[in-house]
Amino acid sequence: MTDDHQLRVSKIRNGTVIDHVAAGQALNVLAILGIDGTSGEAVSVGMNVPSDRLGRKDIVKVEGRELSQSEVDVLSLIAPAASINIVRDYDVVEKNRVVRPDAVASIISCPNRNCISNADEPIRSRFTVLSDGVRCDYCETIVREDEVAANLDVN
Amino acid sequence: MRQDHLISASHLSREDIEAVLDRAADIDDDPAAFRQRHAGKVLGLCFFEPSTRTRMSFDSAMKRLGGQTVDMGPVESSSVKKGETLADTVRVVEGYADALVLRHPSEGAATMASEFVDVPLVNAGDGAGQHPSQTLLDLYTIRENAGLDDLTIGIMGDLKYGRTVHSLAEALTNFDASQHFVSPESLRLPRNVRYDLHASGAQVREHTELDEVLPELDVLYVTRIQRERFPDENEYRKVAGQYQIDSETLESAADDLTVMHPLPRVDEISPDIDDTDHATYFEQAHNGIPVRMALLDILLSQDR
Repeated sequence: MTDDHQLRVSKIRNGTVIDHVAAGQALNVLAILGIDGTSGEAVSVGMNVPSDRLGRKDIVKVEGRELSQSEVDVLSLIAPAASINIVRDYDVVEKNRVVRPDAVASIISCPNRNCISNADEPIRSRFTVLSDGVRCDYCETIVREDEVAANLDVN
Repeated sequence: MRQDHLISASHLSREDIEAVLDRAADIDDDPAAFRQRHAGKVLGLCFFEPSTRTRMSFDSAMKRLGGQTVDMGPVESSSVKKGETLADTVRVVEGYADALVLRHPSEGAATMASEFVDVPLVNAGDGAGQHPSQTLLDLYTIRENAGLDDLTIGIMGDLKYGRTVHSLAEALTNFDASQHFVSPESLRLPRNVRYDLHASGAQVREHTELDEVLPELDVLYVTRIQRERFPDENEYRKVAGQYQIDSETLESAADDLTVMHPLPRVDEISPDIDDTDHATYFEQAHNGIPVRMALLDILLSQDR
């Protein structure tokens, strides 16, 4: 019998492994990255797997696609401890941490229903990133880090 | 001013504020010198929400500078009713005017509008967001009556939804002012304003009772608590009643306490205060003219 780990999330040959994602956030990670399986890439997701660092963590593996730093930086808002491993021919060739961007657009919708960014206007939602959350560039509403996942605008 | 628009008091530096207040004082001293200053210029008034005094005072201020105004009129009779976006409306109206004044029920409307126009734009109120031109006239009134430094001010009423409160609190961080916020728990300052006050290192305290702080105040700024902020009439009456003042309330206040209110008031300041030396709210409303003249003069004189 293969070991448990193999059963949960198999190794990938080429692609990106997003490790140390806060438990429960894997599907939000995929949503933010715009990965929904329609473009054919193989995606493995492990949720609530034991982790020395986090107790429990999620892990996401995307076969055949190398994610750029700017693509993954938005993940810092929901998975600040995440590490990004680029895999080529089963070897990790690059390992990076997510870096907080200065601003994010079209990722979060403003929780203030009366904000102009929620009206039918030709603009995208835009937030400035603070040390412990984000702030709407239009109505200045502050969304705390622990509220970001509930306000993702990517589905 | 560093920027072409006046959107939020948080964008104003002490120098920006003093430039407007000094100009307003010049206008107060010699209004005739400004009478033809902006002859031939047109100010566009776009009010998507009812307004009497802000609209009238901008209209009057522009005309006293020798300019003219064009008014969008009520929303019911405009293209907005046909479903036009705000972005389109302001892009059309900027072609008719040299500057725009915008009031809109959505927070962030003025910020968005400013991204679509090249003429100076003044935020005359965006939902429960900001009302910075009101703040300039409030600051002018405070400067004339109590001074802006070494100031102890109490701001009372609906601090959560009160846009004049948000703008005033943020602008006062430029001065040596100690700010006391008095409100029911449910109407405390919103998170973003508290964040800015904290980040600026302002001296801030929050209270639920006016008595706790009234004797120390130089200025008491009262705002209206609105019925629609409460789930039922009884709760509204119970809460609103605690934040009304009359001459008896003011017995423990300093003799030279300045009482202000952005108006309109309903019953939060009893008429028996009107005839006392404390009452400054009508003077405050009148200051809207020189201050808005000064603001328009500065915005319309900038090299573009």
